[in-house]
Amino acid sequence: MSTATIQRSDTVLQVKDLSKFFHVSAGASGSRELRALDGINLSIKRGETLGLVGESGCGKSTLARTLMMLETPDAGQVLFDDKDPFALHGKDLLTWRRRVQMVFQDPFASLNPRMSAGQIITEPFATHRDLYRGAAKQRRLHELLDLVGLRRTDADKSPQEFSGGQRQRLGIARALALNPELIILDEPVSALDLSVQAQVLNLLNELQQELGVSYLFISHDLSVVRHVTDRVAVMYLGRIIETGTTEQVFDSPLHPYTASLLSASPKLDPAQRPAGRIVLRGELPSPLDPPSGCRFRTRCWKAQPVCSAERPQVRVREQGGTIRLGMPGDGPVQGLHSTECHFPVEVVESGQRGRGA
Amino acid sequence: MSTITDQAVLQVQNLDVDIRTPQGTLRVVNNVGFTARSGTTLALLGESGCGKSMTAKAIAGLLDPVAQVSGGSAELLGEDLNQMSSSRRRQVASPGLGIVFQDALAALNPVYTVGAQLGEAFRIHRGMGKKQAKAEAVDLMRRVGIPEPETRVNSYPHQFSGGMRQRILIAMAVALNPRLLIADEPTTALDVTVQAQIMALLKRLRTETDMALVLITHDLAVVAEEADDVCIMYAGNVVEQGSVQTVFANPTHPYTKGLLESVPGQGQRGQALSSIPGSPPELSRIPAGCVYQDRCPLASELCRAERPALRETGPGQRAACHFAEQVPHATVSQTGSTEKEIPA
Repeated sequence: MSTATIQRSDTVLQVKDLSKFFHVSAGASGSRELRALDGINLSIKRGETLGLVGESGCGKSTLARTLMMLETPDAGQVLFDDKDPFALHGKDLLTWRRRVQMVFQDPFASLNPRMSAGQIITEPFATHRDLYRGAAKQRRLHELLDLVGLRRTDADKSPQEFSGGQRQRLGIARALALNPELIILDEPVSALDLSVQAQVLNLLNELQQELGVSYLFISHDLSVVRHVTDRVAVMYLGRIIETGTTEQVFDSPLHPYTASLLSASPKLDPAQRPAGRIVLRGELPSPLDPPSGCRFRTRCWKAQPVCSAERPQVRVREQGGTIRLGMPGDGPVQGLHSTECHFPVEVVESGQRGRGA
Repeated sequence: MSTITDQAVLQVQNLDVDIRTPQGTLRVVNNVGFTARSGTTLALLGESGCGKSMTAKAIAGLLDPVAQVSGGSAELLGEDLNQMSSSRRRQVASPGLGIVFQDALAALNPVYTVGAQLGEAFRIHRGMGKKQAKAEAVDLMRRVGIPEPETRVNSYPHQFSGGMRQRILIAMAVALNPRLLIADEPTTALDVTVQAQIMALLKRLRTETDMALVLITHDLAVVAEEADDVCIMYAGNVVEQGSVQTVFANPTHPYTKGLLESVPGQGQRGQALSSIPGSPPELSRIPAGCVYQDRCPLASELCRAERPALRETGPGQRAACHFAEQVPHATVSQTGSTEKEIPA
């Protein structure tokens, strides 16, 4: 981390009670409200990787799009360095946009086939004209190609001439072009073969150590998330139902949903497999008609009458393992291990999963 | 977890598949052989383009017109599927072999109810009437765990969720109690909690009927948990095969070892993952000699000159590598994140 960044706030991004509703037409009965994000709280520190996991349809991508300002929130706040980007205009907004960039899932769809690799990487400079011009632009292009492990001669090739892994490197170079402070990685390796996936994950790790950039790492692959993230947020139907450090969430999950996700994901190492696999009933309910109270109760084996009557409050696990009720806003924002569940998992045999070793 | 009768249900030997392209004929499956036994699961494991789905399509007789089986045999219960007339094939293979595809929405007909599609097998092969076939369809839906089958039988595919559609596809494949079920990436499009449900269902059906299951996947963890035997493919060739326990515990092909080491979650968090340099060769540029030579830490002159044949490397384990004995000691690159260019 450079000295310049240390002077600024330690937290790059804070999201407070963020909500995004979509209106879906429902024929004669008018339109219905789809709560894609329903009160999201999270924070990302400088140089940190926050993992965001959850099943398809839980709102991960809507969150990413809202953070990129591709969607306007209906309630709540996004704070980037304590400033709300949605309040910015003109030049301030343009400068802000440099600081958050995105890498997309599909390296075959996210690169324009009519542009050369060099044009793709330097395209951001056409919008942000004051950054790199003339010879500096060329130097920056070479620097970026070196950074992501492509050759300088690759600049003249078109995307079709690259393999999947190389294309994802191109996408990463483009995201790095403007020296962002936060990169949103939306399933960056899920389209890649296993042997190539490891190369790209290593590259992302090297880049973070070199540049001090923060990542929001969205993925459904729990083994990848466990390997690359510092902290994890688990999403279910538009809400974050558990957050904590990667060790806390993976070794001693508090929410039954997290526990079932971890249990359901296949493990290569027989020693890491749980004795009895939790196989959940049913599938993700429709976000148009979410269950009352706790949203997970329809699939939860611990569900009680109170779960359908009341939305669970945030509960925080203290150092010693005791669980207390959360104060307003303290869980996710303070980076504690917290969950939204009436009956958080109390004791978990962490030895069975082996801790990160 | 193996075997009740252990009968060889499917025997594939020296199977070759060619594709005609404007640039000439490409060999996409080369000399592939394996045996699937009743009551067990055989995994065909490999990355995209390695030929695993082509192998399955060749066995099921579902190759595109540009592709054709150009050598070898695939015997279902002793009868070569490729030598059969199409009417004999319909008689033998349709009830004997079921197949489940990855994309359930694409595999189902959107304009017929699932009941009509599930009942089709009974009407054609069992000569049942519509009413009776529908009753069978309801039974099938119940068997694969679809709630309220009596009403859902009249629904259309788009009215089901992804996991339920995959269940319908599985129901269709097992309708006539096949001896062999081929599942081509059956859970790849599904979320992890639903994947666990589908894998549990496949395992239950396999155990109930003692059929052989051929599971095509790219996911090593799924293979480790679900399969008895594994057949690892690379660039159209089988590079290693044997029981999952043996092969995963003691790989004797550098590719197998490289794959196993690329799976995150074994090393310390945040440490570099080991990775295989480069990427798989294009099918038009498969090198003479060993198919894996360009990415292999053990590659030598011999590997460039001569393609290694599959040979015994351990009890019930075979690998196609000249240096199989050195594999356990070889390490793949730890940090080398730069992709190597595959020479033309």
